[in-house]
Amino acid sequence: MAIQIDLDKCTGCGNCVPACPFGLLEIVEEKVRLKEGCTLCGACQEACDYEAIIVEAVEPSSVSDSYQGVWVFAEQRDGRLKSVAYELLSKGRELADTLGTELCAVCFGHGISEVKQLIAYGADKVYLVDDPALAQSQEDLYTGQLVELIEKHKPEIVLAGATSLGRSFIPRVAAILRTGLTADCTGLEIDLAGRLLLQTRPTFGGNIMATIVCQTKRPQMSTVRPRVFKKNVPDKSRKGQIIKVDLDRERTTSRTKLLSFVEDITEMVKLEDADIIVSGGRGLGKAENFQLLQELATVMGAALGSSRPPVDEGWISYSHQIGQTGKTVCPRLYIACGISGAVQHLAGMQTSDIIVAINDDPNAPIFDVVTYGIVGDLFKVVPLLIEKLKGDLA
Amino acid sequence: MNIVVCIKQVPGTTKVKIDPQTNTLVREGIENIVNPFDTYALEEGVRIKERCGGEVTTISMGPPQAEEMLREAIAVGADQAILLSDTAFAGADTLATSYTLARAIEKLGQPDLIICGRQTLDGDTGQVGPEMAEMLGLPFVAYVSKIEDIDRGYMRLQRMIEEGHEVIEVPLPAVLTVVKEINTPRLPSLRGLARSKSAVIPIWTAQELGVDKNMVGLSGSATRVINIFFPQRVHRGEILQGELESRVESLIDKLREAKII
Repeated sequence: MAIQIDLDKCTGCGNCVPACPFGLLEIVEEKVRLKEGCTLCGACQEACDYEAIIVEAVEPSSVSDSYQGVWVFAEQRDGRLKSVAYELLSKGRELADTLGTELCAVCFGHGISEVKQLIAYGADKVYLVDDPALAQSQEDLYTGQLVELIEKHKPEIVLAGATSLGRSFIPRVAAILRTGLTADCTGLEIDLAGRLLLQTRPTFGGNIMATIVCQTKRPQMSTVRPRVFKKNVPDKSRKGQIIKVDLDRERTTSRTKLLSFVEDITEMVKLEDADIIVSGGRGLGKAENFQLLQELATVMGAALGSSRPPVDEGWISYSHQIGQTGKTVCPRLYIACGISGAVQHLAGMQTSDIIVAINDDPNAPIFDVVTYGIVGDLFKVVPLLIEKLKGDLA
Repeated sequence: MNIVVCIKQVPGTTKVKIDPQTNTLVREGIENIVNPFDTYALEEGVRIKERCGGEVTTISMGPPQAEEMLREAIAVGADQAILLSDTAFAGADTLATSYTLARAIEKLGQPDLIICGRQTLDGDTGQVGPEMAEMLGLPFVAYVSKIEDIDRGYMRLQRMIEEGHEVIEVPLPAVLTVVKEINTPRLPSLRGLARSKSAVIPIWTAQELGVDKNMVGLSGSATRVINIFFPQRVHRGEILQGELESRVESLIDKLREAKII
């Protein structure tokens, strides 16, 4: 695999220069020159009329077809399944149906309620490892146990939530299996010809979308942020099999020890579960002004969110941060107050059903993604909004 | 404590704009910077060294110009820096990158601690830290926000998760990724700047690392980028007009129509 430039054939026409999405090509002394950072996407090859640029094709896949089935790692905490498990099963069902294969959920924990819900959301089989040692997320145990199950049953696709747990232990599983892993996918489709999972994800801070495949290794593994895919309506009449698996104590020991857990209690309403989120950005100016947003949130029964600058400034705690390095949310209504809308923030909220922005800068990028925008001073608009909503409710 | 900090040079993408004419990233004026998340890893490594003694070695895999960034690392307290650079390393995904870094760390001997940033600004996967830990066979803790104590081969630390924070004990050697809450990176000192200018930064190639060329770079990568495109943002919104009061009323009406309030 490489890119080759035949300088004898190159006429220096420059057609390839604008074709490179990364801006890596330049014409120097009437010949093309490639800077560092090429991803071998092939865009320049298509743009060249003189066959001067050749990106060697990927060798055909030599993957054993003994790998079958789509798996979802169904994450739980304190015995309760996370919403992302249902979202991934809903997507996984679609992928499994396209491939004509089965959908399995893998669930580790202790005393997990509602395991049957995994079937209602589309699983044909649930591999359940229920053990007191798994009551808390023990990443060493999770890693070893998931590797063992994958080696035994050989699924062709494994999906997991890009939660702090998933982002921490799923890469370890992929490293042990020496297979590919694509982080934070926002689109998953099947190319039936090669039974390939086409994994699309934002990169370069959301400025570019890349479609990635894992051609020669199995399983194909992806993480997906919570709230990226929609949950199906559960079908309680669906039939499926729950297969209990014993924790392999020989193979898996935990080297790290959880000493304590301190819950962040500044969140009145959980962001991930909220129907309405009122969120503030740099435009708030100071910590005290979050009071105003909290008041609006209380009137609306909403959760309080933030873009990154207020968290960096120490106006509000990290658990409220929405965006690339914070939480991904998808409420029915997102009200952005004094948020300019950097791509990193948009990455965490732009799939919300209705987006309202209040900002005094009419050119703020947040207005590119809004459903309704109010250009104006948030310190005038928000109090008015609170007053009118209170009047309505009274 | 011998500490290895892995850093990466990335384009400072916050200013990246798309040229509407050519639909490409505008690169003019975009300088390469050290991945901001890695600056916290480096600062923490230097702080631990100052507390417990030992050495901080920074390593980076990248093109020759990454040397400049490694000099900056020396200016803020790293004792030595090594650049892993070879055309054979180009096009690496996280699997091939973590393999290459792991081999370099093994070549350095057995460090007590390896620290990485939580993710990079460009690739943005956060996978290299945990994948490398597994290839080194070491325990791993992600999203570390505070190192509480280091004592007799164990480290007690806090890590951030969605619901709050956990206090975890981990035996050394171990691999950590850190978040920005852990510290405020220092500025280079005059002495550091002087040292960084005269520092010799060795370049290790695939041959020096003794790696199998099929395990590094694009040939060692399990994933391939087959398409790249720019996200289409459709301007679907309505900017409410009129007097402030009527705009607020109209917003409430619209939300009521949508049965949200």
